[in-house]
Formats: sequence, C-alpha cells, structure tokens
Amino acid sequence: MQPFLITAEPLDPAPLVAYVTTPEDGAVVTFAGVARNHFGGRPTASLYYEAYAEMAVPVLTQFADEARTRWRVGRIAVHHRVGKLTIGETAVLVVVAAPHRHEAFEAAEYIMDRIKALAPIWKQEHWADGDVEWRD
Amino acid sequence: MITVRVRFFAGHRDIVGQAEQTYEVADHATVAELWQTLVTAYPRLAGYTGRLLFAVNQTFVEPSAQLHQDDEVAFIPPVSGGTEDANAAVPYYC
Repeated sequence: MQPFLITAEPLDPAPLVAYVTTPEDGAVVTFAGVARNHFGGRPTASLYYEAYAEMAVPVLTQFADEARTRWRVGRIAVHHRVGKLTIGETAVLVVVAAPHRHEAFEAAEYIMDRIKALAPIWKQEHWADGDVEWRD
Repeated sequence: MITVRVRFFAGHRDIVGQAEQTYEVADHATVAELWQTLVTAYPRLAGYTGRLLFAVNQTFVEPSAQLHQDDEVAFIPPVSGGTEDANAAVPYYC
C-alpha cells in the first residue's frame, strides 16, 4: 500500500484505514471528497481531474509532514483520483490516525485545505448543459 | 542562454495548445520573467497573473528564483474549487 498516491483507479478507503491503524492510535478519521452534481447552483454532469503526478505525490507527502509538526498524529495516507469521475465517485481520500480524535480531525482538515490550495491537481467541470470548464 | 522545459496543465495547456515546450532564456533569468515571456506569447495567460504558483523541478519556488540549464518549470494555478480561505495559506503568489 502506497500511502501517497495519484491514481486513475477508483478509490477504496479500506486499505488506507488498514494501513494507518496501529495499536498506538485510538482514532482514525477518513475524509472522502466526492464528485458532486452541482457547483455554484449549476448542475454538473461529471468531473475530470488531472495531476502533475511527479510533483503531486511529494507535495501530498509534504502536507502530511506539516500536519505531523502541528499535531500528535500517527500514520497518514492520501490518495487522489485522476481522469473522469461520475457523480458520487470519490475524488480524494485523506485518512489520519492519532491517539485521540481531536488531533485526527484537525490534521485531516488541514491536509485537505492544503490540497485545495496548493496541490498541482486540476478539476474540470463537465456541466450538465454540455459546457466544459477548468476550475482554475 | 540556457534552455528550460516548461510543462503546461489544465487551462494553461488549452491556451498554449501543448503540454510541454522548451524555451531559451537569459542566464540568471527568473521564473517570473519566464512567465512574462509566456504572457507576451500567449496573452490569454494574463488572466492567471497574480494567482499563480511557480515550481521548478517539482518544488515550489519564489517568483525571484533563478533558472538553470535543463530546469523543468511549471506554472500552477490554484485548483480544484479551492476557496478564498484556503488560498490564504498559499506561500508564494506571483
């Protein structure tokens, strides 16, 4: 199991949860970002994600390292999907283990905020009316 | 002169029409100067100026970073429906 991964395959949280779970940690938080059928009130048909994969994997690893400097957390795994996603499919998984839930929740949200702001991963909205638009 | 490789993604690639280009730039040219060269060549890129991250060899750099022979440069617009709040955490805007 690669803890940090960009993949065109559908995402499954189970192996990530299994990877981060150790006897030292009593909390495991799984965040799933899911393809939604609307954006800004406009209906979406599907999404397409593209990544600068050679950079995205080290950047995801870096975000996890940043979280470790801020909270006492255990293992972390982040997988991001690329390619075409239908509505309801998972685009990103952030899974964080910690001794206690507070740290696990906060670290997971921090990592997700960093992904949104900085990760070299792009989303293209395929609107229900047929228009196509990069969200950049 | 030195030669650098520029990677284009998403909206940038649509504007430039290529995923990758090689550029000759002056010795000690900065990534910000290279961006200005690209905006001159592709005026539709100008809309990204001011909300852009720069990367050299897969690492975020400041706009003033100097380029070296065979560097791989990427211009990364903040992405994926990120919010204004999330963008506030971005280290370097150019």
